[in-house]
Amino acid sequence: MVAEDISKAVRRVDAVAKSEGTAKYIPDYDFKDCLWARMIRSSIPRGKIKNISLPVLPEGYCFVSYKDIPEGGHNYLHMIATDWKCFAEDEVRYVGETIGLLVGPDKTLLEDLLEQVKIDYEEQECAVSIDEGVACKGGAFVNDNNIHCHLKLEVGNPDEAFSKADKIVEETLETGFQEHIYLETNGACCVPEGDDKYTVYASAQCPFYIRKSIAPLLNISPDQITVKQTTTGGAFGGKEHFPDVLCGPLLVAAHKTGKAVKMIFDREEDIEFSVKRHPSKVVFKTGLDKDGNIVAMDSKVYYNVGGYLASSFVVLQRGCFHVTGCYVFPNMRTEGFGVATNTFPSCAFRGFGAPQTLFAIETHMCHLAEMQGIDPLEYKRRYFIKKGDVTSTNGKIVERVMIPEMLEQVLKASDYERKAREYKWGSGRGIGISFYNHGGAFTGNGEQAIIKAKCILKKYKNGDVEILCGQTEMGQGFHTILPKIAAHVLNLPLEKVIFKDPDTSRVPDSGPTAASRSTMIVGELVERAARLMKDRYDREEEFEVKTEYEHPEGYPWDQNTFQGYAYLGYGWGVCAVEVEVDPCTAEVTTKGIWSSHDAGHLIDEKIVHGQVNGGIIQGIGWGSTEVLENVKGHFKQTSISDYIVPTSMDHPKQGVYFVENPYEWGPFGAKGMGELVFNGSAAAYIDAVSRAIGKRISSIPCPTEQVMDYLIHGTDIKEAL
Amino acid sequence: MEAKLTFKLNGKTVSIKTDPLRRLLDVLRDDFKLTGVKEGCSEGECGACSVLFNGKIVTSCIIPIGAADGQEIMTIEGVSATEGGKIIVDAFADGGAVQCGFCIPGMVIAAYYLLSNNPDPTEDEIRLGISGNICRCTGYDLIVESIKLAAKRGEKIWKK
Repeated sequence: MVAEDISKAVRRVDAVAKSEGTAKYIPDYDFKDCLWARMIRSSIPRGKIKNISLPVLPEGYCFVSYKDIPEGGHNYLHMIATDWKCFAEDEVRYVGETIGLLVGPDKTLLEDLLEQVKIDYEEQECAVSIDEGVACKGGAFVNDNNIHCHLKLEVGNPDEAFSKADKIVEETLETGFQEHIYLETNGACCVPEGDDKYTVYASAQCPFYIRKSIAPLLNISPDQITVKQTTTGGAFGGKEHFPDVLCGPLLVAAHKTGKAVKMIFDREEDIEFSVKRHPSKVVFKTGLDKDGNIVAMDSKVYYNVGGYLASSFVVLQRGCFHVTGCYVFPNMRTEGFGVATNTFPSCAFRGFGAPQTLFAIETHMCHLAEMQGIDPLEYKRRYFIKKGDVTSTNGKIVERVMIPEMLEQVLKASDYERKAREYKWGSGRGIGISFYNHGGAFTGNGEQAIIKAKCILKKYKNGDVEILCGQTEMGQGFHTILPKIAAHVLNLPLEKVIFKDPDTSRVPDSGPTAASRSTMIVGELVERAARLMKDRYDREEEFEVKTEYEHPEGYPWDQNTFQGYAYLGYGWGVCAVEVEVDPCTAEVTTKGIWSSHDAGHLIDEKIVHGQVNGGIIQGIGWGSTEVLENVKGHFKQTSISDYIVPTSMDHPKQGVYFVENPYEWGPFGAKGMGELVFNGSAAAYIDAVSRAIGKRISSIPCPTEQVMDYLIHGTDIKEAL
Repeated sequence: MEAKLTFKLNGKTVSIKTDPLRRLLDVLRDDFKLTGVKEGCSEGECGACSVLFNGKIVTSCIIPIGAADGQEIMTIEGVSATEGGKIIVDAFADGGAVQCGFCIPGMVIAAYYLLSNNPDPTEDEIRLGISGNICRCTGYDLIVESIKLAAKRGEKIWKK
């Protein structure tokens, strides 16, 4: 039976099969009479396709392109926006844009044939960076200004406050591309079932997204496509919309050949030709009074969206909503710009736009403090947000904010105060601290207005209970979390609750596995369903209970003006990082990492602990070694040897702490936390390195070479902004 | 060009006629259906395809099958069936080492190799022992803790 407190760790239900190697991922499936596909992609960042010359294809091999889309079909992937083409027609906007597939029975022969495909282009000048995009280098290709999307927020009266400010300082903070490096590369297989029906097997986060996105290619209804998720070897947002880019062409190929068609990316193509975290540039203009206090803040947020908009407007919105971090300022203005460039479209990555602006605000706050000779913590704590305070969207914080309690835990564990005092700036040792949050679930009333999540709980004659919903396990632990919630309410052993990888033909759409919403929203649907089932469980042999999301009343949101209560429940975090920097080699050694998080009431302390560990390390990777340069539209790092993710040797064991702050509308008081734990560690790491070298750091990633550069040429940490 | 190759695979003698330049990884996965051996990077960097080659840990994506002739290969399928392998799998499950799981068969192999050669490793020795295996989910802490647990639980086996 279940433990009294749901937080007590249980064994993950998927742990043994994954450890023994019996869990089946998409490359492990053998499909009958299956063809292989390789993608033919644009090799230039911008231009017109003049001619495609193919080698003579042996019998059983074919080329698939937009010309194979049947009449009535629509050559677009229907993501949040519908602008990303399934196959390029005459124009290409980025290196790696899908032009076609080569399909045939032998993988090795396909490889040879692929090398013989020749494409002639009329190349145009490309824009790669945010600045080049804004400057419309090569001419605008989106609207007349290369701005895919834009939004503006205002709180108080910033103009008046700026006019009265004693001093106005400006600073620009930048972040780079980040590649997900889920250990399992992208892969999918599309199987024709006759009668214009298809089954798609995919390593994916959101099976219902795939159906909706690709069905219009063949002008069929999403119901004619069944998507079955296969065990997914990591995703981090990289398999939220991107599987559509594989599954769309595979659907057209299966339609053309009448056979199953499978495609598995190798690592190099998965790095070179997949979505990334948006590079960002945040320009702050901050008004200070004579005592150095903030009276107004203006922020311009630029995200490098790439060739197509896809999901980026929502990413930009979340970025703008998080730009004031864990602070409250009386007067704020925020403007966001999604910039079109000729790079691979950026998309979801753990944090979904929030990490970039949180890095920016945290680092800016440090710099405002340091130029005044104040410890950054002392400065930041003047502005901590609390319950009832106004947010950047003129909503209010509706929950208790436990930053003071979390800070206390981190200070004690890290001995921050002593170290911050003793480690002089530029001494080679430094400790940094960051504060961050993450609004759980879809913004505003999106869960009710857009998602309309549904869930079914079914009781069988043998007493088993099955959870039917579309949520996926991608490593985060949901195959354990969700049954645990049902088992706990029903007082059943965990193994009596069944929860399988979703198959869209037999589960209701409960929304994407994204936005830190699964536990918070779908977990609540399951909890509610289980409570409805409980009284009937002993009396009735076989029955179903359905639940649907209902948004709490009294928290208005306007999706057109972005005004109101953006999020009802935030996860909150405090992270401290200590480093030592070698003055000769500029090598940084992490000496300690301590964090405290508020994720409401934890559904499983070990699973959440694992999320914290992984999120923090992934965040430090983003801030330090994960350099991904784009030169003339081509990513320069294309393998795990040159794109450097953290290893077991790079960082010490973490100190992990939590506070208990049950969330009113979450299952057992739980809130979202999968993204939260990524959002703040880069800022804490950079704060520590910056103090250790005594130089200001304003962009990430900051690998050793960059630290060396700052040591030699950098601006003193105390210099005025 | 094909060659007949004979080697020991998970304790059994097997023979195969194939191009000796094919990758050991492909032969294990495609010909012997040992799909617990994962392909993560194809260049010997991530460790997902780790196997034991004459008892030593190697990445099977950069070894030609010809090199296996007359040698002894153990994959996750073989290792997880041994007494020590079972202890590691169990410790990984109890210790929270597993998230997406794609790196885990390789991690189990690395842990098995480490504990077989160093029954009572320190934290640093464990971190070094799995440093050839990339995990993107866990930040490594709970894998390290789970290996400590496996060392303790299997004390008698590892010291044999």
